[in-house]
Amino acid sequence: MLKDNQTAKQDNRFGEFGGQYVPETLMAELDKLTQAFEACKTDPAFQKEFHDLLNNYANRPSLLYYAKNMTEDLGGAKIYLKREDLNHTGAHKINNVLGQVLLAKKLGKTRLIAETGAGQHGVATATAAALFGMDCEIFMGKEDTERQRLNVYRMELLGAKVRPITSGQGLLKDAVNAALQDWAAHPDDTYYLIGSAMGPAPYPAMVKEFQSVISKESKQQIQAVEGKLPDAIVACVGGGSNAIGSFAEYIDDPRVKLYGVEAAGKGIHSGKTAATMELGTPGIFHGMKSVFLQNDEGQIDKVYTISAGLDYPGIGPEHAALAASGRATYVGITDDEAVAAFEYIAKEEGIIAAIESCHAVAYVQKLAPTMPKDATIICTLSGRGDKDVASIAKYRGVEGIE
Amino acid sequence: MSKLRDVFQNGHKAFIPFVTAGDPSADSTVSQVLALADAGADIVELGVPFSDPIADGPVIQAAGLRAFAGGITVNGVFAIVAKIRERSQVPLVFLTYANIPFKYGYDKFTARCEELGVYGLVIPDLPAEEAGEILPYTEKHHVDLIPLISPTSGPRLPKLVKHATGFIYIVSALGVTGQRDGFSVNLPELIQQLRQVTDAPLCIGFGVHTPAQAETLAKEADGVIVGSAIVQMVADNPDPAPVIGAYTKQMVAAVQAAQVGN
Ligand SMILES: Cc1ncc(COP(=O)(O)O)c(C=O)c1O
Repeated sequence: MLKDNQTAKQDNRFGEFGGQYVPETLMAELDKLTQAFEACKTDPAFQKEFHDLLNNYANRPSLLYYAKNMTEDLGGAKIYLKREDLNHTGAHKINNVLGQVLLAKKLGKTRLIAETGAGQHGVATATAAALFGMDCEIFMGKEDTERQRLNVYRMELLGAKVRPITSGQGLLKDAVNAALQDWAAHPDDTYYLIGSAMGPAPYPAMVKEFQSVISKESKQQIQAVEGKLPDAIVACVGGGSNAIGSFAEYIDDPRVKLYGVEAAGKGIHSGKTAATMELGTPGIFHGMKSVFLQNDEGQIDKVYTISAGLDYPGIGPEHAALAASGRATYVGITDDEAVAAFEYIAKEEGIIAAIESCHAVAYVQKLAPTMPKDATIICTLSGRGDKDVASIAKYRGVEGIE
Repeated sequence: MSKLRDVFQNGHKAFIPFVTAGDPSADSTVSQVLALADAGADIVELGVPFSDPIADGPVIQAAGLRAFAGGITVNGVFAIVAKIRERSQVPLVFLTYANIPFKYGYDKFTARCEELGVYGLVIPDLPAEEAGEILPYTEKHHVDLIPLISPTSGPRLPKLVKHATGFIYIVSALGVTGQRDGFSVNLPELIQQLRQVTDAPLCIGFGVHTPAQAETLAKEADGVIVGSAIVQMVADNPDPAPVIGAYTKQMVAAVQAAQVGN
């Protein structure tokens, strides 16, 4: 049985953040979803099926790997990598998808829709749709379909339709807009499988619940090898799902420092960034009250980062609350730093990690040397980097790699 | 007493056109709204552009982009209203998204509305569950928060109409704004259900474009709202005011034809 969510309060809020800011057309659906989600937490049949899928389909538990070479090279805290990149479909996204697809089935839905940035969540959703014989349509910004072409093809192989979104900047935010619109047009048969810990309640709490398997495992794993809790958790933050899942089991234990790493793009003050926590202000968007990059009139800003999965002008409401209370710290990592980390972890550990995850790795490179040798850090590798190889080559000016 | 309620006195049926403020310029919006008022519009709904209008279809989204290209700002919209008020007292309501008044400050935003004679607010992404955060300010400044009812509302209806001081906006179809030929709601049945729980006037919109549709809908409802059809005329005509004025005359006549006793 899953433990009761500790920060998700009954009233759908995390401090002042959260809520359900969606058109009336969707409210009845959110009510039904909330009921189904609350019921599933204590439904043994649901829990059994979910954990069967995680273990026998998605390849859980994921490894907690001691990164000896990085640890020695950086000369500070011991570095452990939580290997979500080894999951089936290559990222943490599958954890949440498997939970939500079971709820979609329970609600009698026949069609899954999802937004995707890097394409990892789209691939995971398309995978679940194939497994459960459901129709599937993935909304993806046009720009992202171009920089993540490999994942577009993977989704199509899995039988999903990929709809390129040209409105706005053609990025993740625009894909979410389009998915919300599609959902409002087809509430009867369609389930919107949101891929991050964001959106209207109950999504942020629900995605956290399904992703918290990351920290449930890591807590046991680290205690087995180190005999104590970690000193710090580091995870990248787009909407915040791998980070909240990595934090979940440690939030109530203030000895464990929590770091969320955002994409600073070309630099916090470059105007080309996705560093929501550093630069954002409270607002209401995509169904939630949270922190957003926006101008002082409330128009949502354009965002930029090399990483399609972090290219989002907002952040999940629980992260906004964790930042407001000081419980977690949010830092920015630039494109240059992330690309350097992509190369670093490949050479040091023989792991090609997703460019999103490499934002977390880059922060570990800064953090570890400032900590004593008997301290430990768990860094979540949220995904594998195959999808990024071509664009990193391009970034480095290497030609001919498609 | 609500200024919007006054419009519907003695069973008067209302025609409510929508235009986006600043599309394509502030001056054009002023002359558009004056033309609508002259043509007999009972209330004019003015869209305050938001960067990410998730309840709007392509036509109104494009209008927002034209308005931004023309440099529209929130204070620019208030300036448009001030200009309109030099010439016309036509009842105005705003349609906007929650982040706009939230960021402006609910108190300040609704105070400006009261000052300039904006009588109501339609906020598609502020459902009944979240309306509590703006209601103290709409009440304080005598601005009606217009509840939206959708074909999926069902058992939620009593909760939705609880704070309906002005009129109620029935969304006739699922999905986003835009012209349609059919409507997904069983209107007579929905209206009957609503009449049992509220005495607020019921206006219907989302997809209406022809006078024949307007007349049919006005037989059941107290008012008809038209957005995309008018916004498309604004897009298609370099001098839209006379065009939307002529269209509004037809629509007003169609709605009046449905008036009991006519
Ligand atoms: C590998 C990977 N990591 C991280 C993210 C960011 O999402 P979140 O912040 O929800 O974990 C994505 C999103 O596409 C991703 O693909």
